[in-house]
Amino acid sequence: MVGMSEVPGVGLAKGLAVTLKTMTRRSHTHQYPDVEPDLPPRSRGVIALFEENCTSCMLCARECPDWCIYIDSHKEEVVLPGAARPRQRPVLDRFAIDFSLCMYCGICIEACPFDALYWSPEFEYAEYDIRELLHEKETLREWMWTVPAPPAHDPNGEPAKEQAAAAARQT
Amino acid sequence: MPVWLELTIRIAGVVVAFLTLPLIVGQAEHKVMAHMQGRLGPMYAGAFHGWAQLIADGVKFVQKESVTPAAADAPVFKLAPFVALLPYLVVLLVIPLGPGGLVGQSLDIGLFLVLAVVGLGVVSVLMASWASANKYSLLGGLRAAAQLLGYELPFVLAAASVAMAAGTLSLTGIVEAWRPWWLLWQLPALVVFFVAGLAEIRRPPFDMPIADSELVFGYLTEYTGLRFAFFLLAEYVGIVVIAALTTVLFLGGWKGPFGLDTELGWLWTLIKIFAVSFVVIWLRVAYPRLREDQLQRLCWLGLVPLALLQLVLTAGVKVWLT
Repeated sequence: MVGMSEVPGVGLAKGLAVTLKTMTRRSHTHQYPDVEPDLPPRSRGVIALFEENCTSCMLCARECPDWCIYIDSHKEEVVLPGAARPRQRPVLDRFAIDFSLCMYCGICIEACPFDALYWSPEFEYAEYDIRELLHEKETLREWMWTVPAPPAHDPNGEPAKEQAAAAARQT
Repeated sequence: MPVWLELTIRIAGVVVAFLTLPLIVGQAEHKVMAHMQGRLGPMYAGAFHGWAQLIADGVKFVQKESVTPAAADAPVFKLAPFVALLPYLVVLLVIPLGPGGLVGQSLDIGLFLVLAVVGLGVVSVLMASWASANKYSLLGGLRAAAQLLGYELPFVLAAASVAMAAGTLSLTGIVEAWRPWWLLWQLPALVVFFVAGLAEIRRPPFDMPIADSELVFGYLTEYTGLRFAFFLLAEYVGIVVIAALTTVLFLGGWKGPFGLDTELGWLWTLIKIFAVSFVVIWLRVAYPRLREDQLQRLCWLGLVPLALLQLVLTAGVKVWLT
């Protein structure tokens, strides 16, 4: 706070000093298209689909607040040698996320019990036409390659629920 | 050397200075302001740290449509940018770069001419603001008129103090009479002259006539394309002119600390001009715009009495010396 007792002009000098000091420091600008941005961990860029894990159970589509996930699937009969009758297996025909509707809440990722959906930090998928933001499962599968390894567990944190449960079962 | 050849060379030199120095100052403003705000500024035009940014801007301005509002007073509207540029061109003509006639045209009443011609700037602003047929423009023009009329007084008084100290109105003569201890003796006049000069060229923190957050863009609101570019150029030439005048009147012009003034005088002058221009840019970054009443208060209650006191001091020292 500038008090009345201060010498007049001190504030003016301080203003000049601040700008001069800033000039001698490195600027904060990241030259984005030339230099990759260093995104923080768990950046929400795009939702990737690990198709192999998907059982087309529709939980994500039902939980989605915007209804922006479209899933088509059918059942396929698999004849197992030695089994009494053929087994049924779900086959995913279509899995699409409309990123023009998606609000990046991540509820689908939370809801998926089979770890088929992941956050990817990839964000460079802008389109000129809003309809082209509807991405099919092939594109979503490609984004899987950009998903980073999960961050290391906090050494002082509580162990994961699964670990605790496994440890309790063993004793 | 025949007269006509010498005249051509001198005028060509002034025109070159008129076209290059403002661009250098403008580019410096881009970069210095950016780095003072923790940014990089232009980086792409010309491939190396955006050195060609202002050239690219110029090309862009040329391509833009030059709109004249339907209600505007077209001839006056179109003439105003040139009226804004012309005084500064004339002023550059009489500013000495170095000793021994290194000046566009040495005049015995150089200072008188400079003060008279710089004051013409207000005419272009009034022309632009009135002819635009726009409320914001008109408000900006009225502010500019009040500001320029007010600040003309301390501007002239501070310059008069130096002229009195040197005993001449010739800019070359003032530099020749200048001594390093004048820095202390004429310090109040230097401050008054510099601040009033900033207000005179309507640079932030004295850019109330433009005041983009209050008046859209003041008297420049209706201007587009090349005419707008001319007003911008006038602003940067204004910085050069005020920096050059401050250098010549108060900072000893071509006089450097190591002697060699006859050989390196022009370099000293240029270095001082750029140093003062840097301060002009620095002040723009550091300070917010004054309020309109603060502006008038600073002029009439701050600068004018200070300039009058300086005049008394100058006269006293002068009498005491002789």
